[in-house]
Amino acid sequence: MNNQVSYVRTQMLAQQPPPGREMGAVKWMRENLFAGPINSALTILGAAAVVWLIASAWPWLAASVWNASTLSECREIIAASWGEGHHGACWAVIKDRWQQYAFGFYPSDLYWRAILALGLLFFALTPVLFAANRRVANRVMGVVSLVVLAFVTVAEFRLIDPADAAAHSIWAAILTVTLVLAVLWAVHIFAPSKLIWFTAIYPGLGFWLLWGGSVWLPVVALAGFVIGWLAFRAAQPFGGPAQLVAMLLVPVLWWIYGAGVAADVLNRIIPFSIEAVGSDKFGGFVLAITIGVAGIALSLPFGIVLALGRQSNMFLVKALSVCFIEFIRGVPLITLLFTASLLLNYFLPPGTNFDIILRVIIMVTLFAAAYIAEVIRGGLAALPRGQYEAADALGLDYWKAQRLIILPQALKISIPGIVSTFIGMFKDTTLVVFVGLLDPLKGITDIVRASTDWKGIYWEPYIFVAAIFFIFNFSMSRYAMYLERKLKTDHR
Amino acid sequence: MKKSVFLGTLSAAALSAGIASAATLDDVKARGELNCGVTTGLTGFAVPDANGNWTGFDVAVCRAVAAAVLGDPAKVKFVPTTGQTRFTALASGEVDMLARNTTWTFSRDTDLKFDFVGVNYYDGQGFMVRKDLGVSSAKELAGATICIQTGTTTELNLADYFKANNMEYQPVAIETNAEGEQQYLAGACDAYTTDASGLAATRAAFADPENHIILPEIISKEPLGPLVRHGDNEWGDIVMWTLNALVAAEEYGITSANLEEQAANSPNPEVKRLLGSSEDDLGAMIKLDKEWAKRAIAASGNYGEIFAATIGESTPIGLARGLNAQWTQGGLLYSPPFR
Repeated sequence: MNNQVSYVRTQMLAQQPPPGREMGAVKWMRENLFAGPINSALTILGAAAVVWLIASAWPWLAASVWNASTLSECREIIAASWGEGHHGACWAVIKDRWQQYAFGFYPSDLYWRAILALGLLFFALTPVLFAANRRVANRVMGVVSLVVLAFVTVAEFRLIDPADAAAHSIWAAILTVTLVLAVLWAVHIFAPSKLIWFTAIYPGLGFWLLWGGSVWLPVVALAGFVIGWLAFRAAQPFGGPAQLVAMLLVPVLWWIYGAGVAADVLNRIIPFSIEAVGSDKFGGFVLAITIGVAGIALSLPFGIVLALGRQSNMFLVKALSVCFIEFIRGVPLITLLFTASLLLNYFLPPGTNFDIILRVIIMVTLFAAAYIAEVIRGGLAALPRGQYEAADALGLDYWKAQRLIILPQALKISIPGIVSTFIGMFKDTTLVVFVGLLDPLKGITDIVRASTDWKGIYWEPYIFVAAIFFIFNFSMSRYAMYLERKLKTDHR
Repeated sequence: MKKSVFLGTLSAAALSAGIASAATLDDVKARGELNCGVTTGLTGFAVPDANGNWTGFDVAVCRAVAAAVLGDPAKVKFVPTTGQTRFTALASGEVDMLARNTTWTFSRDTDLKFDFVGVNYYDGQGFMVRKDLGVSSAKELAGATICIQTGTTTELNLADYFKANNMEYQPVAIETNAEGEQQYLAGACDAYTTDASGLAATRAAFADPENHIILPEIISKEPLGPLVRHGDNEWGDIVMWTLNALVAAEEYGITSANLEEQAANSPNPEVKRLLGSSEDDLGAMIKLDKEWAKRAIAASGNYGEIFAATIGESTPIGLARGLNAQWTQGGLLYSPPFR
C-alpha cells in the first residue's frame, strides 16, 4: 500500500472566530464606511462636516441662558459666566414669549379653548387614522388627553393676563375640559364605532371653540350636509344625475340664503353663545395649525375629485379640471394669497366682512388641492389597466368602481406624495405673513423683536419655531410610514 | 358679452365701494371702533407686548384719533400691515387710517389717491459704520460694501447719493431689518443704511453700541405721517387736526397732567378754544363734540410726552428731538392756529 495518505483528520475542528477585520464593528465599518477609495473619501468628508458643524455651534449652545427678561440682561449673564465677548444662546426670549408664539394675541383666559380644539382634533382623527387598531388608538387618545389636561392646567394657572383674571374661573375651564374628554373616552370605550360621529361634527365644534360666538352658526352650517344628504335621497326617483345636482345645489342654496336666517332665529329662541374671538387675535401656531388642518382636510377630497375629473371621459369636466390644476400650479402661492387679501377687497360688495383667515384657507386649499390632484393622478396611472377592466367586468358603475376598486389602490400608492404635499402646505402657512397675518416664523418673531427688550435677537426664535414645525411634520411623516406598512398587501 | 358683464359688475362693485366709504366718520361711529393700520412691529413706533396691547409712537396717533372721535383711546383695532398690503388696506376701506411710518411722497399723495394729513416724524436716511473703520463722514464711503434693503426708497436714495457724489459702492441686498443687522454684525458689509430712527434703535440693541457710529449725513427726506383716503375730506380734517392738537398742546404747555387745570384756568384763549372750555365750539366744525381735542391729548399726552415715552432719549432707542422739536425750539413742528 504505497499510496499512503500522509495525514487524515479524524476529528472535527472547533469553530474558529472569523479574523478580526471580518467581524464586529470593524467589518461593519469596512463594508459601510470604507468600502472603496471614493466611499472612504466621502465618509471622511461627511464626518468632518458633522464635526465642524457641532464644533462651531456647540460653544454658542453651551452658553445658553434661560432666565433673563431682556436681551441685554442675557448678554450680561453670558459675559459674567463665560467671559467677555463670548457668544451664547438667549433662550430666555422663548421662555418670555412662548405663549405668543403658540397663541398670537388670543385672549389669555381663553387659551384653554384653543388647546381643547387641538386636542379634540386628535380624538376626531382617531376613528379615521387608527381605525381597526384599538391599541394604537388608546395610546394616542391617552397621550393626547394627558397633554391637553397638562397644558390647560399650565395655561390656566400660569399664563392668564391679570387683566382678564377677574372675570374668569380657572376651575370652570379645567372642569369643562375634563368633562369633554371624559365623555369622549366613554364613547370610545362603550361604543367605539360611534366615535366617527364626533369626527363628523368636529369641523363645527373646532370652529366654535376657536372663534366662539353663537353655537347656532356652526350647527346650521353642518346642517347643510344633512340637508344635502336628504336632497340626495329625495331625488332618488329622478335618477343619478338629478341626485348629484340636488346633493350639490340644495346645500349651497341653504348656506347662502337659509343658514344665516336660521342661525338668527335659533339664536333668538335658544340663545347659547361663548365669548367671540376675532380673527385678528389669531396668531402663531394657533393660526398655522388652523390654516394647515383646514387646508389638509379640505384639499384631500377636493384633490381626489380633481384627479378623477382629469381622468374623466367627459370633455367639459376634463377641460375644467385640467385648466384649474394647471392654472393653480402655475402661479406661486403668494400670488394667490395677495389675490385673497388685496384684490378681493376691491371686488367684494362694500361692507362685506369676508374673514381674512377664511380667505387664506380657501386659497391654501385650492393650491394644495391642485398638487394633490396630480399626486393622485400618479396613483391612478400606476394601476394596471386590468383593475379598471375587472371593475367593469363585475358590472360596477363608475362611482362604485372608483370607491371599491380604483381609489383604495390608487390612494395607497399615493400616500408618500400626499403626505409630502401636506407637509409642504403646513410649512407654507408661514407665507401668510405677507398678507399681514401673524405667522409664527416671521410675524410673531418680528413682533417680539420690535420690543426694546428683545431687539437684536436673531437665531433663537427661528430655531424654536423650526423645532416645533419639525415635531409636527416628522409626526406626519412617521404616521404615513405606519399607514403604508399597515396597508401593505402585496408581497414585493 | 360675458366678459363685459363681468367687468361691469366689477367696476360697479368698485364704484359702490368708493361711495360707501365716503363717510368714514359715520362708519367709525357706527362700528364703535377705529381700524388703524400699523406696521407689523417696529421698535418704538408700533409694538404689541406679550398680551397684545399695542404701544408706540404711531400707535399713540391712532389712540388720539379714537379718543377724539369715539371718546375712548382703547377703541382701536390695530391692523398690522406690511409694506405691500398697507395701501390696499387703506384704499379698500379695511382700515380707516394708516399710521405706519409711511413717507409722504408726491406719487403716494396724488397717484395712489391718498391724503397725508401731516408729519408726525421727520426722518431721513443715514449710515451706520463700525468705529474701527475710521470713517467719520458718508463722503468717505467710496468703494464700501453697504447693506441695503431691496425694493425700498432707501435703495434708490443710496444710488442717487453715491451718483451725485461720484462714488462707487458695493450693495449687499438684504430682505429685512433683522437680517440687515445680522449681516452688518457678521461683517458682510462695511456700512448699514436705513432710516436714522431705525439705525438708532438697531445700534441701541447691539451688544457693543459704543463700537458703532451713525454718520452725520442724512441723505434723504423721509417725512413720516398718517394718511387717509383721498376724497373724504371731513375724515381727513379730523385726523389732521387731532395730530395738530397734539403738537399745539406741547407748544402751549398742555400735558396730560395739567389738562384739567389748563382747561379751567389758562389765560391763553387759544388753549381754551382747543380744550373746548371757551364759547367757541371748534368740535362742531368737524362734526365732533367740544372736548374732542382734550380727550385726544388725554389719551397719551401731547406730542412731546408721546415722543419721550416711546422713542425719546430716556428710552432705549434714545432719539433726540432734532428736526422733530417745536418750531420755537429750532425744529419743524408747527401747528396752524386753532381759531
